[in-house]
Amino acid sequence: MKSNPASTSEWAVEARGLVKQFGDNRAVDGVDLKVRAGSIYGVLGPNGAGKTTTIRMLATLLRPDAGEARIFGVDVMQKPQQVRQLIGVTGQYASVDESLSATENLVIFSRLLGLGRAESRQKAAELLEEFGLTEAAKRPLKNFSGGMRRRLDLAASLISQPPLIFLDEPTTGLDPRTRAQMWDTIRRLVKSGSTVLLTTQYLDEADQLADRIAVIDRGRVVAEGTGDELKASVGSSSLHLRVTDPGQIATARETVERVLQTRSSATAEAGRITAPMAEAGQVTDLLIALRGAGVDLAEISVQKPTLDEVFLTITGSGPAATAPDASSANERMEARNA
Amino acid sequence: MKTEIAPAGASRRIVQRGGIVQAFRNSLTMAYRGLLKIKRTPEQLFDVTLQPILFTLMFTYIFGGAISGDVASYLPVIIPGILVQTVIGTSIVTGVQLREDMDKGVFDRFKSLPIARIAPLAGSLLADTVRYTIATVLTFVMGYLMGYRPEGGLGYVAIAAVLVIVCSWAVSWIFAFFGVIARSASSVQGISMIVLFPLTFLSNAFVPVETMPDWLQWFVKFNPVSHLVSAVRDLANEGTLGAEVGWSLLAAAAIVAIFAPLTVKAYMRRT
Repeated sequence: MKSNPASTSEWAVEARGLVKQFGDNRAVDGVDLKVRAGSIYGVLGPNGAGKTTTIRMLATLLRPDAGEARIFGVDVMQKPQQVRQLIGVTGQYASVDESLSATENLVIFSRLLGLGRAESRQKAAELLEEFGLTEAAKRPLKNFSGGMRRRLDLAASLISQPPLIFLDEPTTGLDPRTRAQMWDTIRRLVKSGSTVLLTTQYLDEADQLADRIAVIDRGRVVAEGTGDELKASVGSSSLHLRVTDPGQIATARETVERVLQTRSSATAEAGRITAPMAEAGQVTDLLIALRGAGVDLAEISVQKPTLDEVFLTITGSGPAATAPDASSANERMEARNA
Repeated sequence: MKTEIAPAGASRRIVQRGGIVQAFRNSLTMAYRGLLKIKRTPEQLFDVTLQPILFTLMFTYIFGGAISGDVASYLPVIIPGILVQTVIGTSIVTGVQLREDMDKGVFDRFKSLPIARIAPLAGSLLADTVRYTIATVLTFVMGYLMGYRPEGGLGYVAIAAVLVIVCSWAVSWIFAFFGVIARSASSVQGISMIVLFPLTFLSNAFVPVETMPDWLQWFVKFNPVSHLVSAVRDLANEGTLGAEVGWSLLAAAAIVAIFAPLTVKAYMRRT
């Protein structure tokens, strides 16, 4: 048995120009990613943006059509079997065996990873304890809740204590309490020295967990940076206001843009205007300016920015799935106004 | 374990594992998984339990008089034939179940583990030898109940049983290949039946070859299933271990040599 140390590269993941095409659909269209070892990296994007496909390529489950990727300096395409020794993968759909019990699942994965019989039993018991599944250990997975299944799935990814863990939407479909537990687990993992690359649809999840975030849309990285950097580009909060008289919407927009110094967007049907805001205090200036302009408000609120607004600001249009509808609605409205 | 993690997790030792020993160990673990699944869902053993009983009864009483004059003298001919037909037929289920299994999320994890690529396939196939064993034992027991007394004795019957199980395992690679390339479990069933029927019926399993037209005899004599049936008859009825056993094993080895690499390759390409 020959052994050689993995490259001591500071990058856990280096991907350049990854492309994957399914028929006519370019699911991933030139993705670049760099993840520093020991950090949590979030890949943020809507459904169908190419998050899962990207992870599957990095995890050797899918062969890229173009581009290259290295995990701790090891090439994903040339040495997939070595890469597999460095990673743990927790997919979007629990990759555990439904017909077996939790213990049996973990024992089988442990045995496959080269642990002995007794070692495997012990490892399984340890992980079940750590993930609060001990009581359910012998029950068949069919009776497991979504949260329990995810926890077991994550436990299975940790058997060999891999230095890099991929988590594909780890909290989608979980209730808020289970979600918070999952966040704690992920934070603990990084404290113990692992690197985590996770995908999510939720801005606050990326914000809470990730050191750096890549925003991905239609198979491309459209923004990358720390959570603070991204939020700065969107504004820390988001203004929503509705005017009483739709005829005043243009005046209102103009005032909003002048006071907040940002771009605003309007959904004309409801007379609703949204705009990013650097700080919530600016709302006072805005209200005074609006009264000065003689605009009557039906409703005003200040909220945290949503993923939609991140996209709106970064890409200049809504997320891929909703973009055509929104713009055609606007066009219709404009035609009616004219 | 032989791994250590530095604080940043970057300096893990990569072990150059692999080779035949690891492939064998991984396959055994996967076979253990297959056995656990059979234990959890025993209803999937219905076919291997009922089919030998039903077929043995039906074929013996339908064909017995016509082919051998009476049921008792047909038994040494038909029991080996039925045995081979039933057990090889059972191996279709291996392909169908493999297809169903591969659609589940757990196969993603198998693919992302640093294990021998062949293990998930070889393991499933190995676990299914339990099914062949059940079918084999039941066919012989049915034959015994109907009056079949193999001249070769228990020892040679056991050798014949092992031979059939080994050959069915080899044939199951064909159906595993269909299982990997097909889109759905039901299409695996369909394609496999088309392959299985000519192989088992165009053989000496049920009727003497001499009664067939010349052009058909040529195929029937070449058909590996005929050699396997003859081998089982030699072993069970006469207690001789002859050339037919050799031909059967050779054919089995050839099937594995062709279909195992094909299947693994197709399995790797599929995601």
